[in-house]
Amino acid sequence: MAHTSVDASAQIDSHGGGHGHGDGEFAHPASLTMLFSVFFTLLALTILTVWQSTLDIGAAEIWVTMGIATVKAGLVILFFMHLLWDKPLNAIVFLSSIIFVALFLGFTLMDAQGYHSTIEIKDTLEASLPPAPADLPVVPSMPTT
Amino acid sequence: MSDITIPTSEHADDHSHDHPAWLAHHFDDAEQQFDSGKLGMWLFLVTEVLFFSGMFVAYALFRSLHPEVFVYASQFLNAKLGAINTGVLLFSSLTMAWAVRAAQLSQQKILVSMLAMTLSCAAMFLGVKAVEYTHKWDLGLLPAGMYITQGVAEPNHGNWLQILCIPAAVFAVIFAGWYLFALVGRNRFQLQIAGPLLVASLCFFAGVQLGVFLESGESHGDAHGSGHGATHGDHHEGAGDHAAHAIIVDHMVATSIPGQAFPSEVFVDPKRVGIDEPEINQRGRAGIFFGIYYMMTGIHAVHILGGMGVITWLIVKAARHEFHSKYFGPVDNVGLYWHLVDFIWIFLFPLLYLIR
Amino acid sequence: MSAVISKPLVAPVESAKEPGNFLTHTSGFLSWALTLDHKRIGLMYLVGVMSSFLLGGVLALVVRAHLFYADGAFLTLKQYNQIFTLHGAVMVFLFIIPSVPAALGNFLLPIMLGAKDVAFPRLNLSSFYLWVGGAIFFLVAMLTTGLDTGWTFYTPYSLETTGPVVLATMGVFILGFSSIFTGLNFIVTINTMRPPGMTWFRMPLLLWAIYSTSIIQVLATPVLGITMLLLMAERFLGIGIFDPKLNGDPVTYQHFFWFYSHPAVYIMILPAMGIISELMSVHSHKGIFGYRMIAYSSVAIALFGFLVWGHHMFTSGMANVTTIVFSALTFTVSIPSAIKVFNWLFTMYKGTVSLTTPMLYALSFMFLFTIGGLTGLPLGALSIDRHFHDTYFVVAHFHYVMMGGTLVAFLGGIFHWWPKMVGKMYNELGGQISAGIVFVGFNLTFLPQFVLGTRGMPRRYATYVPEFEFLHQLSTYGAFLLGIGLFVALGVLINSLFRGKKAPTNPWGGATLEWVCSSPPPHDNFSKPPVVGDPYDFRGLEYDAREGGYVRRK
Repeated sequence: MAHTSVDASAQIDSHGGGHGHGDGEFAHPASLTMLFSVFFTLLALTILTVWQSTLDIGAAEIWVTMGIATVKAGLVILFFMHLLWDKPLNAIVFLSSIIFVALFLGFTLMDAQGYHSTIEIKDTLEASLPPAPADLPVVPSMPTT
Repeated sequence: MSDITIPTSEHADDHSHDHPAWLAHHFDDAEQQFDSGKLGMWLFLVTEVLFFSGMFVAYALFRSLHPEVFVYASQFLNAKLGAINTGVLLFSSLTMAWAVRAAQLSQQKILVSMLAMTLSCAAMFLGVKAVEYTHKWDLGLLPAGMYITQGVAEPNHGNWLQILCIPAAVFAVIFAGWYLFALVGRNRFQLQIAGPLLVASLCFFAGVQLGVFLESGESHGDAHGSGHGATHGDHHEGAGDHAAHAIIVDHMVATSIPGQAFPSEVFVDPKRVGIDEPEINQRGRAGIFFGIYYMMTGIHAVHILGGMGVITWLIVKAARHEFHSKYFGPVDNVGLYWHLVDFIWIFLFPLLYLIR
Repeated sequence: MSAVISKPLVAPVESAKEPGNFLTHTSGFLSWALTLDHKRIGLMYLVGVMSSFLLGGVLALVVRAHLFYADGAFLTLKQYNQIFTLHGAVMVFLFIIPSVPAALGNFLLPIMLGAKDVAFPRLNLSSFYLWVGGAIFFLVAMLTTGLDTGWTFYTPYSLETTGPVVLATMGVFILGFSSIFTGLNFIVTINTMRPPGMTWFRMPLLLWAIYSTSIIQVLATPVLGITMLLLMAERFLGIGIFDPKLNGDPVTYQHFFWFYSHPAVYIMILPAMGIISELMSVHSHKGIFGYRMIAYSSVAIALFGFLVWGHHMFTSGMANVTTIVFSALTFTVSIPSAIKVFNWLFTMYKGTVSLTTPMLYALSFMFLFTIGGLTGLPLGALSIDRHFHDTYFVVAHFHYVMMGGTLVAFLGGIFHWWPKMVGKMYNELGGQISAGIVFVGFNLTFLPQFVLGTRGMPRRYATYVPEFEFLHQLSTYGAFLLGIGLFVALGVLINSLFRGKKAPTNPWGGATLEWVCSSPPPHDNFSKPPVVGDPYDFRGLEYDAREGGYVRRK
């Protein structure tokens, strides 16, 4: 799997020099066996997730579906993007993006859940005060603030 | 982005003679250049993830607040088309990864053909996407501001698909001409570029064919079975709908709360009336789902287009024999970008198409 | 970039024999417009951001002049809205954010690091042109109908106004990419381009600050990009997520906006803090106190900065529990900031402080930033913020931080590195006078605004009740005095270009690497790899009257 190609060395020699200190060590060609097995795993997982979506498993569905998606994404990141063999710094860099997305998502969702419940209470109260019928409170189209 | 790893060829005549043409003057050696380009690319991917995060947050927010809207509206999406496109993108990721391997091993021919296959898959993906989009435009399944309530009026059918095919057809003609020209002139270099471009532009039409087949064929029931009136207003549960709708209209007239500039958008608390569709099938409800859907998939498609641009650039460079085992950074970095586009789609597909 | 055009730019020069520098290296318009040299790009940024600052400053003076009378002096209400909007947008997006990182950072980062250039010179140049492109969008927006949303583009007003919101948000989108690419470039440069011997803890503190800033730029700015894109889509297509008429949610917009724009506040202040770390140490001729704490606190501010965006929205209708969490987190940011201030104080303690122009600006910074930082604490407290929100108290607070902090540090930095950038010494007395006027004018402008705010004067109002007139007039006088001070500073700098005497290699006695290469630096920065030592070790640096600067004795 190393750089056995004659073509390569010819190219380098024609450029003259540059191969002093361990050049080319940074190239880690992936084996075709690995690439294909990852690809077929990904395909299988896609079929699995489509099949699973036809079942009615209730609230667990979102977790199962996102779980499969995460496994697929992980395979792409680790093998196709060869992060598994990359410098740890690059992995940290990429993970940091996920962490900050989680932060963004977490705070915003937490807040939205919180204030929408207060809005609903307020709307229900307002709807019940005027002569509106008590059985079908109408929620105005302007939901917030 | 393409700036990241372009070798500065104008430094070929630089005074430091141990700098080959593909090594920029301010780097000490090939590995430093490669590491810099790669770290730069990973950082760029971080910005991409955060860029998309805004739409994922919007999705999560509205899904958590109005799950019934998402359940209702997502049934208009054709999971088969989504699944086919997932497969196409996964395959293009495979060929891209193979292209990187070919560049690292200085396998010039494999490199060009793998890049060509990646480019063709991208075009095919867009072809399927074009069918998906135009079908929805025909039905009036549009972002909130333009959403047409389903089943009420006969939607306007435009010839959007033909319009979207025009640029691809123009490209196909140009590339075919170029290919013939190069064939006559026996210009191997130009053939190596024009060939993949021609195949890719034809693959767009292959994608369109595939999409049309899946959209109009046996998938009819699956895609629109429960979406009343989505296709040609066939209301097979019409009676119940009309009943629910009548109740709401009556109620609206009865209460007539002041300040309702949009009487068609009065929302009835779903907890009271139950999850019935007429009040979801509206601009401010299902329309928001389609707003999010078009933004997510649209910006993803723009990234596919951008990726096609840089892959074309790689094909040109590869045809010039510029890549070899010490200089393959651009292929690797474009590959990372391409896999990220795939990565995003891996999440978009189940979120939009599958989860009910 | 075609190789044909750029070929003459990089033609090899025997810099070892001829003492050429980066300014005289090549000449002609294209040699600047297509340069890949980080120093030239830095200077072009400097000209660009200073022009924007001039524009923003003039707009500020117009606003202040209008507010001289309670009923407003000469603007219509609509014009007033447009002018304060443009003042804010130009100052934030075109001036403060790129000021220190893009202008000074570009010039200094590779030299301080001991590298030949940034990692991606072409990306660097394209960042500059993206900045220019974004600026043009803003100018067009200004010259057409005038933007009147405030610099925050809050929905739903930004969806309804007839102002050029799409043009301006497009401008912000482009400027965002400029900022991202600059940050990305700097992170990679610092990670991979350090020469042998330049360990992380031998880096000057300005580089730590810029590194932290770059982290924010890379992580936060994309969210601004998508926010602006969604806002444009909302206006064009009506995607519904921000528009209450379509059942969308304006508070979501505010979350999106502040997820970027609060960290952006640290994009503005962190590099300024880095400058102060350099100035304090060099002009006190004493090693920096608590190097590691200052370095770590920069990174800490960058990370904590992501946790506090909600404090801009306490009165926007957030959930009670979220406001409490954000309020508590807000106070944590004050810890790393205070660490820096105390370390700067202890750096001066028992040092040999020379009251040069840069040092005077640095001392102003200490004073103004402390006020600005401490007045942030009451705003972070929920109950007080109810009262102060959207009043002049907030206006005064962020001007003390943004202007008293960033701008004053930026000016200090310009005076400090001016001899290095252009190779000329400026008139020291003139510089000191400008620092004095700026300090007095600044306080006269913004101290009354604290009082106005606590008495309930709302921000962004074109008219006000007559009882506030005296304080408003004080503030307007101060603003014009401040303007005079800034023009004096500009005059001193421009004068030096023509009449200044040649700058020595090391006029202040600094120990970082930029003081090793000549003033101005040669094209390649260092002809041979520099010897890297402790950046704050001033032993052996002695003043040489013949040289006019400091030389290192063994």
